[in-house]
Amino acid sequence: MSALVLAGGQVLADGVIDFNVGALGRNFWSLTVSGLTYGSIYALVAVGYTLVYGVLRLINFAHSEIFMLGMFGQYATLMLLGFNPSGDVFQQGVLLTIVFLGVAMVGGMAVSGGAAVVLERVAYRPLRRRGAPALVFLITAIGASFVIQEFVHFVLPKLTGNALGGVNAQQPIRLVQPSTQFELFGANVTNVDLVIVVAALALAFAVDRFVNATKFGRGIRAVAQDPVTATLMGVSRERIIVLTFLVGGMLAGAAALLYTLRVPSGVIYSGGFILGLKAFSAAVLGGIGNLRGALLGGLLLGVMELYGQALFGTEWRDVVAFVLLILVLMFRPTGILGESLGKARA
Amino acid sequence: MPLLELKDLTVSYGRIEAVRGISLTVDEGELVTLIGANGAGKTTTMRAISGVRPLARGSVHFDGKDIARVKAHERVLQGIVQAPEGRGVFPGMTVLENLEMGCYARTFPTKAAHDEVLEHVLELFPRLRERKDQLGGTLSGGEQQMVAIGRALMARPRLLLLDEPSMGLAPLVIQQIFRIISEINGEGTTILLVEQNAQQALSRSHRAYILETGEVVKTGPGTELLADPAVKQAYLGVA
Repeated sequence: MSALVLAGGQVLADGVIDFNVGALGRNFWSLTVSGLTYGSIYALVAVGYTLVYGVLRLINFAHSEIFMLGMFGQYATLMLLGFNPSGDVFQQGVLLTIVFLGVAMVGGMAVSGGAAVVLERVAYRPLRRRGAPALVFLITAIGASFVIQEFVHFVLPKLTGNALGGVNAQQPIRLVQPSTQFELFGANVTNVDLVIVVAALALAFAVDRFVNATKFGRGIRAVAQDPVTATLMGVSRERIIVLTFLVGGMLAGAAALLYTLRVPSGVIYSGGFILGLKAFSAAVLGGIGNLRGALLGGLLLGVMELYGQALFGTEWRDVVAFVLLILVLMFRPTGILGESLGKARA
Repeated sequence: MPLLELKDLTVSYGRIEAVRGISLTVDEGELVTLIGANGAGKTTTMRAISGVRPLARGSVHFDGKDIARVKAHERVLQGIVQAPEGRGVFPGMTVLENLEMGCYARTFPTKAAHDEVLEHVLELFPRLRERKDQLGGTLSGGEQQMVAIGRALMARPRLLLLDEPSMGLAPLVIQQIFRIISEINGEGTTILLVEQNAQQALSRSHRAYILETGEVVKTGPGTELLADPAVKQAYLGVA
């Protein structure tokens, strides 16, 4: 069935939308594997939205650009390591490839983490000092997003002798040729899938332990739950805010490297926008302000989106993601797991 | 030299002066109470001492030093620790995590020193030991107050500020909380207490100040104020 047939035989949207249940059924497991890899990436980026929301009640819309800068960060790192962008796959052997990927990830994390801290310092802190209303923060976030995009669009090429940034996407630097490692319920699991899922799981576990089991994590939760009392306990709210931007930024940078493995189409200044929007949706889906909610929401969104793509057709992928968000919010306005960093701030 | 000295302290919210030129002192080892009705400026005074509310005029001296420029979170390091009004228990943290928040800034030199203070707090409040893994938000009011006081003690305060610890608690629990406050003071911790429960507070304090609409109207030893006819009428419901 490839059209919506209304009662009375009226045909709607013929040829525009499919209901290809067969495709979903046949490819269920490979869609699941693929969806989990996208979902892992959404999850890591979503953590940045959720942590900052937790301590500041601010949707940091510029976070998608922090992610985009991470793509450039890992790219620049690889260039510094001597890789020449050509679009061809470099063959380095497994061990060396993992080392290079690791270094590139650290590069991406450093750039994104640093950029997030600078963003906080330049854009948001002056507003806090003046006690600006929430709306002003939101508009500033959107403005900062444009500033960063245009920086990469126009300024970065001038600073780097046209090596980075500019109107067009850079030639990708590809370290890994996807190759099937094993089959899972008939679905091919590639080396790229494995790297993404394993790295994302490790990072998700690390950030969960950091927030829930370390002193600084306790400080983050204290500020999220009751900022005044946190201050009375000797927590510097300003330092905690910087810390959350740093952690969120670093995870976005790591996600940026994983994303270039998943979608090796080169880095571009506008490359963070849609992904950032999806990751934000994932954070809301899981319950914004809730760390585990962001991780869960990311995975769920990634998988559902691919199921939707198989069912309705490729061009409906983004629609599925946002319709899912709307449906969940209709029945659970606080998201799947609810808000927990700042739980019951009565 | 008093441990805490407020001189002509004035705090305003916009154009309204909530506290108008209060002066008071707290000596080392004392238990001093601020009594007053709702809106008298008690909580505002406490917030100014802790530094979460800026001063419009006047000064706060702690241990002889003017601390007006010391940031709120740094005052904890100097030993000014507050259990705030409404208890401020972190609802999403366990009892134990809440207690650990007390020593967030004032860290212990050794694990043993930490365990000793924690053990002492759990001895003062055996109920907290039973509930140590329960989330703060699920505790009863009395238990939350125990967490708030115990958490403040984890910072080993030189000056403990208690803002209405009896608020909203059952009479028996109030008795218990006040007994523990006396006990903490007896161990040598200086306490500045804000209360509406004048009977309990005055009978246990060395000295007290009575606050009305932002100003100190009377001061003296607790027992003396307890016997004062005007105080009796206004705060103890005795005609």
